[in-house]
Amino acid sequence: MVSTKEIEVPTTSVKTLGKRDPLGDQRMTISLGPQHPSTHGVLRVEVELDGEVVVAARPDIGYLHTGMEKTMETQKWQQVVTITCRMDYLNSMGNDLGYVLAVEKLLGVEATPRTQILRVMLTELNRLASHLVWWGTHVMDIGAMSPFFYAFVQREKILDMFECVSGARLHQSYFRIGGLMADIPDTFLPLLKDFVAQFPDFLKMAGKLVTGNKIFQSRTKGIGVISAEDALQWGLTGPSLRGSGVAWDIRKTEPYSGYETYDFEVPIEKDGDIWARYLVRMREMVESLSIIQQTIDRLPEGPIQSDHPKLKLPERDLMKEHIDVMIHHFLLASEGFTVPIGEVYFPIESARGELGYYIVSDGTERPWRVRVKAPSFLNLQALPKMSEGYLLADLIGIIGSIDIVLGDIDR
Amino acid sequence: MAEASNQPHESLQSVVLRGPNQTSRYADITALSSRFAGSINEIIESLGEITVIVKREGLLELLIYLRDEPSLYFNFLSDVSGVDLGEFATPRFAVAYHLYSLKHNHRLRLKVLLEENDAQVPTVSGIWKSANWMEREVYDLFGVDFINHPDLRRILMPADYEGFPLRKDFPVRGY
Repeated sequence: MVSTKEIEVPTTSVKTLGKRDPLGDQRMTISLGPQHPSTHGVLRVEVELDGEVVVAARPDIGYLHTGMEKTMETQKWQQVVTITCRMDYLNSMGNDLGYVLAVEKLLGVEATPRTQILRVMLTELNRLASHLVWWGTHVMDIGAMSPFFYAFVQREKILDMFECVSGARLHQSYFRIGGLMADIPDTFLPLLKDFVAQFPDFLKMAGKLVTGNKIFQSRTKGIGVISAEDALQWGLTGPSLRGSGVAWDIRKTEPYSGYETYDFEVPIEKDGDIWARYLVRMREMVESLSIIQQTIDRLPEGPIQSDHPKLKLPERDLMKEHIDVMIHHFLLASEGFTVPIGEVYFPIESARGELGYYIVSDGTERPWRVRVKAPSFLNLQALPKMSEGYLLADLIGIIGSIDIVLGDIDR
Repeated sequence: MAEASNQPHESLQSVVLRGPNQTSRYADITALSSRFAGSINEIIESLGEITVIVKREGLLELLIYLRDEPSLYFNFLSDVSGVDLGEFATPRFAVAYHLYSLKHNHRLRLKVLLEENDAQVPTVSGIWKSANWMEREVYDLFGVDFINHPDLRRILMPADYEGFPLRKDFPVRGY
């Protein structure tokens, strides 16, 4: 066995929680979570308090660890899609997209124009759904109950559309290597157009309800500040990083799926506090809506499945005539396809930040290693840096403002 | 159906000719190999991505250079991950570092190969603080030791857990 260090027990164990320091120090350590609605999943934070001020916050994760990276090694390339969408369950389309693009890069395949545009459309729709959950829960954590219901009315419409295209609401597994599960049904585009037409009204109402609210502003302005240098040092990505004034969006810097052809802006705020991160996400929703509108306008007719012989099942009629086509179909369906030996790191901009897939292939029909660089994992790591010196009540707001998903962190 | 039967052949050629879809930019490191000839084992370029295989001894020096050199300026550590190269492989483990430069918009992958009975590598959490948790995860799931790490504890698995789940000899299912 490897010479590894003995496992160190955390300095503050559960047994000593809540006990005052005998030396007269007024510090107190409490355990926030894991079963607490404002921790957005199963997150435990060991908070050291001096009165009501947070002295130290130590996130404790792993409650949702299910070994997905290990499971992926046992599945065939195409089957892994059903696992990727279960990691970040609020942004499942984005998670599928990253994996599918990484494997397509290994294979040297490019999706057809129609598929690329449909992928962008659905990923942006999922970004909206993810930001809606963030908006509803974040504002509810800070004390406003009703916005949550308005957000979920809108999210429900998006989930209905996902159900329309893929049959599933949350874990769609709609993106496949080389294409899509199926073409969109005729009923989808009218639904989407209705949604796009009414969504600006929702954003306007959200602005009146929360963004312009003085209580919300005073709870968020100047709280949870992190500077641009610190944010980069601690690995913050996505809207949380852009709230600190760093202009980095992978859709712009390393465009994939044709993002370079869309006209959209990357919202930046300079202050680095909860309010800045809030504004970035609110403005991102406007941009996502604009991208969705552009995809509707340019959606071409055409095939959805790439012509790569490994990825496309043979025609039914050909199978009835040619034995070799029949064998090809049988092998594809039973054994799956192989991917050339190689390794690839494919980053995409998920709703939470840089989502990277580091995939190693040994040339068989199953991946040798799939490493998922999860954005929430690193965003949470910066939580102690953001929360020290603020009130315990502010810590709840800060956790909401980095928009973590514990399924993404623990995998 | 005669048309359709011709199609697979044509499309196979178009796939071969098109080549891989290159979306990422990787850094120009031609100057690096002469300057760090002693600590770089190999530079591999494939699928538009550059991998530098580094000797463990020269890792920190090289990473600090990559971070501070103005023409490279890798100010962001994207990922630290472990790879088990196989139960009977020598070297057994690889630790891969993915660097990114916000200034130049380029990437680079570095890999350190480790023997099973000597699976330790210096921590890079002094260079990028974000490495802290990612190295803990590699330690937790592969049992790779990070020397001088400020807080090397298990992160995803329970503190009293035995074994390293992402190793290839770790069973996927029970008896």
